[in-house]
Amino acid sequence: MDDFLVIDHVSKTFGTQRAVDDVSLTVAKGEAFSLLGPSGCGKTTLLRMIAGFERPDSGRILVNGQDITALPPEQRPVNTVFQNYALFPHLIVWENVAFGLRMSRRPREEIRSGVDRMLELVRLSEHARKRPAQLSGGQRQRVAIARALVNRPQVLLLDEPLAALDLKLRQHMLMELNTIHEQVGTTFIYVTHDQGEAMSLSSRIAVMNAGRVEQVDSPAHLYETPRTSFVASFIGDANFFTGTAVELQHEGYVRVYVDGLGSPLVLSNGTVASRQLLRLMVRPEKISLTLTRPASGERVNAFRGVVEDRAYFGTHTRYRIRSGEHSILAQLQRSRFSGGDIDPARGTEVWMSFHPDEGRVVRLEAAA
Amino acid sequence: MSTGTRTSRQWLLTLPSLTWLAVFFVIPAILVILTAFRPADLQGGVGPGWTMDTLHELNDPAYLPILWRTFSLSAATTLICLVLGLPVAFQMARAGQRLRQVLLLLVIIPFLSNFLIRIFAWKSLLHPEGPLTKLLISLQLIPENAVLLHHSGTVLLVLVYTQLPFAILPLYAAAEKFDMGLLDAARDLGAGPWRAFAKVFVPGVRRGLSSAAIMVFVCCLGQYVIPQMVGGASDEMLGSKIAQRVFSDRNLPHASALAGGLMLAVLVPMLIVVLWQQFGRKEES
Repeated sequence: MDDFLVIDHVSKTFGTQRAVDDVSLTVAKGEAFSLLGPSGCGKTTLLRMIAGFERPDSGRILVNGQDITALPPEQRPVNTVFQNYALFPHLIVWENVAFGLRMSRRPREEIRSGVDRMLELVRLSEHARKRPAQLSGGQRQRVAIARALVNRPQVLLLDEPLAALDLKLRQHMLMELNTIHEQVGTTFIYVTHDQGEAMSLSSRIAVMNAGRVEQVDSPAHLYETPRTSFVASFIGDANFFTGTAVELQHEGYVRVYVDGLGSPLVLSNGTVASRQLLRLMVRPEKISLTLTRPASGERVNAFRGVVEDRAYFGTHTRYRIRSGEHSILAQLQRSRFSGGDIDPARGTEVWMSFHPDEGRVVRLEAAA
Repeated sequence: MSTGTRTSRQWLLTLPSLTWLAVFFVIPAILVILTAFRPADLQGGVGPGWTMDTLHELNDPAYLPILWRTFSLSAATTLICLVLGLPVAFQMARAGQRLRQVLLLLVIIPFLSNFLIRIFAWKSLLHPEGPLTKLLISLQLIPENAVLLHHSGTVLLVLVYTQLPFAILPLYAAAEKFDMGLLDAARDLGAGPWRAFAKVFVPGVRRGLSSAAIMVFVCCLGQYVIPQMVGGASDEMLGSKIAQRVFSDRNLPHASALAGGLMLAVLVPMLIVVLWQQFGRKEES
């Protein structure tokens, strides 16, 4: 059942803008999946095509083996939690949740028990007779979730579900959404521009950019082995260097010559040809700083630089270090056991080093 | 900062319009009602003293059909205007900025020409020798000897024509504020396009609906030019009767009694609607 929801070579163009460009995805039954990307990347258009509000120019969308590409929204086994919730202001909470069941003309008794059970699930039973305007943001969102889930959709779409909430509530609702997903077991598709949200809500994420899917992977894989520099920079921070492959080693390592930094050894992350121009990436927290040159060895990449800027964030400290024409971001977490770590002031000359496993080759944008 | 000064300033700001209303509406209305209790004199003026005679005269069964016609024609006009105006307002609110301006202009354009001239235009359009009658006969859509003018259907048609913009404008104002995303939500939850319109859009603009209904209904009740010009002899409305009492019978108290009665018949239901709206708003906030 790995192909419960299938997006099959779907494209959509608005005027001259290719909003969704030949996207193919599969989502498993019961999975929590995220479409992640900056605004304008096509994720919302893709969501609207799954919901049925837009018709793809080409390609198919299947749910549980059924081709729903040509179905209007009201006939799809899909329900949506809208970004602004879109609750009906003239109906009370109970009637909002009952709306879908009434539209499908279910028996009165089934509607009553279904709505009551769903309001219990989102803990809103005592607010059943209020109007949406009388609810807080978090409560409104729970109404929107209940209103969608009560119809037992095969796929639940959630469009930026936490964007309208303040920070505190957002963290709470994050947990709540995970709990609800566990309880109902429905396939959840989140659309979000917030990488933190996507990483904590879903088991797999499709990172989208300019209408295309750059990479589909688990949160940890996306962070540790991003395939493109877009993915690397969109999920977390990253230092990028452009260089030439000078020495291919066994076990997937490659030595890359970077002007001004020497030739660090990194993971090649796929096939690399000798003399190939490529880009390598190192996360700021993977770089350690020392005052003296670290014990040299084949497997340590080290280079010198001068601290240009230092910013303290409580949980960590960030340094901007200049090395020739390169400006490198490093991030340190202070603890008694981290031993060698230092806290260099601005202007201090330091050594930066990272393990070859922590640096990787990412695709150049042009190759994507 | 005190609320006292703020409310007194608000009162001060409404003073000009309140004065205007009092001088040109409330006082004349009271004078009209008072006139109903004065005796008529032979010169078409008002005699001395007070009397209830005029009110007794109103108890004339000849008024009943006129009253019924006035209210049923007004109600039918209101209903048709709402039914026609709702989709127009809906499409206007959904249209792009430029198209919306054009549509709005088209709704307002008829007001640029005089009301009487527009009624005359209908009269010549529907005249037995007029272009519309000839066209419909040549297309064999109506029989050879059909008369389009001077019956109650004509009155209804022209009433709808004159009142439609007054329905569209408040409906459009409400539709423009309506969140069209709610229609997506309704579709998503299984409602077809028509059900989404009926279950979500119509309740969403209910305040515009009641404003439009009051506007059209009240304007219709007082009409006398339209039934006079395009209606037949048996299409008199209450307005025609009032005009007749003033201009041909020269009986001011009688006209005042009719006008006062009509005014109360309009004001009382309107007050109920306004209070209901006020109550509904409180409940929602």
